[in-house]
Amino acid sequence: MIRDFAEKEVKPLAAEIDEQERFPLETVEKMAKTGIMGIPIPVQYGGAGGDNIMYSIAVEELSRVCATTGVIVSAHTSLCLAPVLEHGSEEQKQKYVPGLASGECIGAFGLTEPNAGTDASAQQTTAVADGDTWILNGNKIFITNAGYAQVYVIFAMTDKSQGVKGISAFIVEKGTPGFTFGKKELKMGIRGSATAELIFENCIIPKENLLGRVGGGFAIAMKTLDGGRIGIASQALGIAQGAMDEAVKYVKERKQFGKALGKFQNTQFQLADLETKIQASRLLVRNAAFKKDNHIPYSDAAAMCKLFAAETAMEVTTKAVQFHGGYGYTREYPVERMMRDAKITEIYEGTSEVQRMVIASTLLK
Amino acid sequence: MKIIVCIKQVPNTTEIKINPVTGTLIRDGVVSIMNPDDKGGLEEALKLKDRYNAHVTVITMGLPQADDILREAIAMGADRAILLTDRKLGGADTLATSNALAAALRQLEFDLIITGRQAIDGDTAQVGPQIAEHLDLPQVTYLENLEYDGKNTFTIKKSTEDGYQILEVDAPCVVTVLASANKARYMSVRGIVETYSREVEIWSFDKLGIAEEKVGLKGSPTKVHKAFTRGVKAAGEMFEVDAEEAVGIIMSKLKEKYII
Repeated sequence: MIRDFAEKEVKPLAAEIDEQERFPLETVEKMAKTGIMGIPIPVQYGGAGGDNIMYSIAVEELSRVCATTGVIVSAHTSLCLAPVLEHGSEEQKQKYVPGLASGECIGAFGLTEPNAGTDASAQQTTAVADGDTWILNGNKIFITNAGYAQVYVIFAMTDKSQGVKGISAFIVEKGTPGFTFGKKELKMGIRGSATAELIFENCIIPKENLLGRVGGGFAIAMKTLDGGRIGIASQALGIAQGAMDEAVKYVKERKQFGKALGKFQNTQFQLADLETKIQASRLLVRNAAFKKDNHIPYSDAAAMCKLFAAETAMEVTTKAVQFHGGYGYTREYPVERMMRDAKITEIYEGTSEVQRMVIASTLLK
Repeated sequence: MKIIVCIKQVPNTTEIKINPVTGTLIRDGVVSIMNPDDKGGLEEALKLKDRYNAHVTVITMGLPQADDILREAIAMGADRAILLTDRKLGGADTLATSNALAAALRQLEFDLIITGRQAIDGDTAQVGPQIAEHLDLPQVTYLENLEYDGKNTFTIKKSTEDGYQILEVDAPCVVTVLASANKARYMSVRGIVETYSREVEIWSFDKLGIAEEKVGLKGSPTKVHKAFTRGVKAAGEMFEVDAEEAVGIIMSKLKEKYII
């Protein structure tokens, strides 16, 4: 179903939204209608009642034709729906999850700041308790779905003296006075996805919008990113598969020196290596999703699948452009877009270096 | 309102090749799908469900793996699914198929029976009309659009070779639907999750209450003598001209053969 949907509804827009740097709201509406915006969410909260393996397959299939669409779903599901569902109070879940899971609302996540990237503990955004409210001040950058999302999970320092234990998580709704959007980033890839700055200037939110407990924010962020990595690894896997499909099609058709490129052993050996890495990525991604579904610790599995799938996506897309030669460098073929899209998977939701840190720290614990 | 949609699992013929030596279909590795016209018919039923809370039953006769398309139909929104499967029903031509389906339909309540116009594997367009004859029901074929008055009457736009007709027909009746009548909805993700815990009723030959001579290979007067791929008849005419002149030649040839 998802492949059919991706081919018919998503693929036709992929080049256009990239070219125009346009957020595909119409696609989000269609995804909402079929239940793609709430796949691993229980039916009682308005979701599809699926699991993380299904969710991973869906992000892969969407990203196979359009990485922008893949990340919209991934950020919405893994970074906003998941923390509210896992750490929210029953009231918060009742209030926010059904709207998000049905796709009526889009979700986003705000952790990164100008001086808190890989070192996410260096949060400068503050939240100060004031009677029945919290007052937020600070800036978040590179926020996926910014502007289009109605619900934001935001991290802020509530007690600087406590270090990472002084970070708390909050739910902030679009339209709250004092909450505005800054500049939209002009990006190399995933250009249809909205990436912008969030600005909080004396933004007052109700006390009950604290997510989890005071000081529990950093743990929520790390746990959320563990789950998010499965989503991004699925996106990377989809990009790699999409580029592979294009490469295979092209080398069968393109003739040089009197024979198809695919008849040259150099081509065949490269394709074989790439395909093997794609399959390995897929198994790593499904393994992490399986562990998450079965409540087995999966932090390292998520880091490994993200690391390997992202680097595989970069390699496959780069080589897919090379197979296409000069044509691959033009926008006539989708592989140049896929190569630009692939790069971000090595950076966001933890760079490849961070993934290596996570994997090593599990080993050396 | 109760609607029954007859659907069929078919090989995806856009991917199928024919063995040039034996003249038979090469089915290996070809994905099976819900016949497109049937899917259009199911969508018609589901629209009536959305608007009038109709109850939609899907029924198919086929091999046990036809379970797949019934579950797909459930994931799209069908309420009940029935699979007629039995070795005694195998090898059926259109007459034997419609006999078996009609026997099953006699045991069900319905206001409207929907079938696809034709299946992409056989392309006969016979089963729907035959069902209507067996059940002595009015029928409208080649349905492009259907309006329901909310009581007992359907207004149907029927596609014809050179236009369309608007017909009114009272329930109960049989309609055969074109794939082009509807853009079928996608299965919902929730529907996919739930469909595997739903029941697909298995009906065997014994349930049908029909003579064995009426169904399966025994009930099939049609015998396929030979199947072959039609070769190219003539080499065709070649013209090496510019585009404008080529248009003129093509137009005059089409007129010459009364195609336009």
